Amino acid sequence: MGITFRKETFRDDFTFRNSPEHIRRFPFPFHEDAYMYAVNIEPHVVGPRGSVLENLIDVDEHYVAEMQDRALVLAEDPLRCQSLPHMTLAGWDLLELLMEQQALGYPEHFTLTRDGDRWRWINRPLGIDDTFTFGDTSTLPYGPMEYITRQSQGDFCILDQRDGNLWMDAGMVTTQADWSLDFDIGMNFFEWHAPVPLAHEKGIFTRALKFLTNIQQGKPARRLNWTMTINPRLDTSPENYHKWGPDRTTVTPENVGDKVHLRVELQSFWRLPRSNGIVFPIRCYLIKMDELVTQPKWARRLHRVIRDLPEELATYKGLTRYRPTLVEWLSKLDDGSATSPGFGPD
Amino acid sequence: MSTGTTKLDVVVSDVVPVNELVTRFHFRRRDGELLPTFSGGAHVVVEMRDGDRTRLNPYSLMGSPLDTREYTISVRRDDVGRGGSLFMHRSVKPGLEMVISYPVNLFSLDLRAKKHLMLAGGIGITPFMAQTAQLAGEGGNFELHYTCRTASLGTYADVLRERYDRRIRLYHDDRDERIDLDRLLSTQPLGTHLYVCGPAGMINWVRDRAAALGWPSEAVHFEHFAAPQPGLPFDVTLAISGKTIRVDEQQSLLEAIEAAGVDPPYLCRGGVCGQCETNVISYDGKFIHNDHWLSEEDHRSGCKIMPCVSRFEGRSLVLER
Repeated sequence: MGITFRKETFRDDFTFRNSPEHIRRFPFPFHEDAYMYAVNIEPHVVGPRGSVLENLIDVDEHYVAEMQDRALVLAEDPLRCQSLPHMTLAGWDLLELLMEQQALGYPEHFTLTRDGDRWRWINRPLGIDDTFTFGDTSTLPYGPMEYITRQSQGDFCILDQRDGNLWMDAGMVTTQADWSLDFDIGMNFFEWHAPVPLAHEKGIFTRALKFLTNIQQGKPARRLNWTMTINPRLDTSPENYHKWGPDRTTVTPENVGDKVHLRVELQSFWRLPRSNGIVFPIRCYLIKMDELVTQPKWARRLHRVIRDLPEELATYKGLTRYRPTLVEWLSKLDDGSATSPGFGPD
Repeated sequence: MSTGTTKLDVVVSDVVPVNELVTRFHFRRRDGELLPTFSGGAHVVVEMRDGDRTRLNPYSLMGSPLDTREYTISVRRDDVGRGGSLFMHRSVKPGLEMVISYPVNLFSLDLRAKKHLMLAGGIGITPFMAQTAQLAGEGGNFELHYTCRTASLGTYADVLRERYDRRIRLYHDDRDERIDLDRLLSTQPLGTHLYVCGPAGMINWVRDRAAALGWPSEAVHFEHFAAPQPGLPFDVTLAISGKTIRVDEQQSLLEAIEAAGVDPPYLCRGGVCGQCETNVISYDGKFIHNDHWLSEEDHRSGCKIMPCVSRFEGRSLVLER
């Protein structure tokens, strides 16, 4: 049984919705009633059926609409996709990874056949059937990274590893939480994380880098990150701040449930075999408050997390202006009763 | 995270004597599938089950990364080492089932380089076999300078000359041929990266000269695996697991810890990757540090040890394991 792909938008009329099944599989990021940074990294292994971890590269009902939105972003701003000259080999590594994983997880939608260097890739949801020579960029309509990431949900950063550091030397970034590939391209791990508050002092980035540079082939890792977005807009980039920044002033007690979205990133980390680089897929999941509070445990817990969030974090995540309105709205759904441990709904 | 890397179940598909000291071993997957792709400079850790003793030694993959039907390694016989290479030479025959790790690369090419200048000494040639194959497949610009004792001990010199012709320069100790290192390092185009793999003395010499001649350290890459050295037996207390163990003459501290059923993380088993770094709780005696990971300050402090290659002599040693 295949996925039924929704027709929906992430801009203008914002028709994005989650089906009831997708609400239940939402990767709710809080395992307790409070939130603080931690190096919350774990092995990226297959999780329960019906969860977003059922496959290591998740394809869901928003796939087709997200790929259409990505094409619109790229048409307006081609610099959302960049690859420095030495990163082409890593692009082929990524193409292999994403084709293999999507074909493995969703054989009814994707098929990969290989005969030596001669590869055939069928992507039924997007109506693609291409035959090409692996390693020969002249046989694809785009570079290998751009080709496959126009067909894969989530943003992708490819990091070169050298001098004991990681370097943001290639990426496809159109669904980001207010950061810019064009600004960060060529930066190292500490440089591109410089704006994050509190975590540097805790030594988190030094430890995280040590862990990431030791990621091994065949042993990917993952973590969750989160923020909030007003309206289900995938492209909340600094380049387009003028389009989405003002949305934050539009939250009222009447429209919280429809406008305010929890935005969760499932970030994973994979060693690439030929280039020895690391690919860092950042997969964005959105859920509006009206959908989220259909799970009473999540409603109670989110209320407590947002209410008690340290001011620096609220500022960094851009919640300051509408936090009181949101907390007031959520408080009506929090009867003070205990929440069960773990992420999932009751 | 769990210990080390994912394992691969392989079978020895061929054993080929290369010269009087070096033998090549070929591995295929037991299930007949392709092996994982790797990058030039990667190594695998080979598990050697020798009676009741298990040794784990790292060896560079020397085949082409473009061909993953089999992996090949070359092992130089070391008659005074701890016995790993002797085990490989004497006991490993075609058809033997073995376990190796997934490939790990701690000696990666810098793909930004305009030119790759490679310096090999002796068995240090092996990572360059894979790197030259990778670069040749992509039309990369490289030049390899290879020093060996005699022509007959110039492992794969003939193969390399045949494949890459004038890009390979050979130097034979018995003919008093020496690299004119200063001239070589002074005449490279901007954007060249330097790679060196060989005996410790050679690595230190090349790094020192490169630094003196103004090479940026980011452009100088070296593979510095130290094989664990044999030594006097010693006793160790593992405080967390509550065990006291003896490290035999021919055993590394890491192997002795593993033999006691404790599994510290590891990757290179050669003192460079830092994974098995272990805190010392107390000691009465003298450390024999052989790693390239800890700082001199760490070595002097007596607070840390790399159990993959370092040893201890004295009355007592308590580790946080």
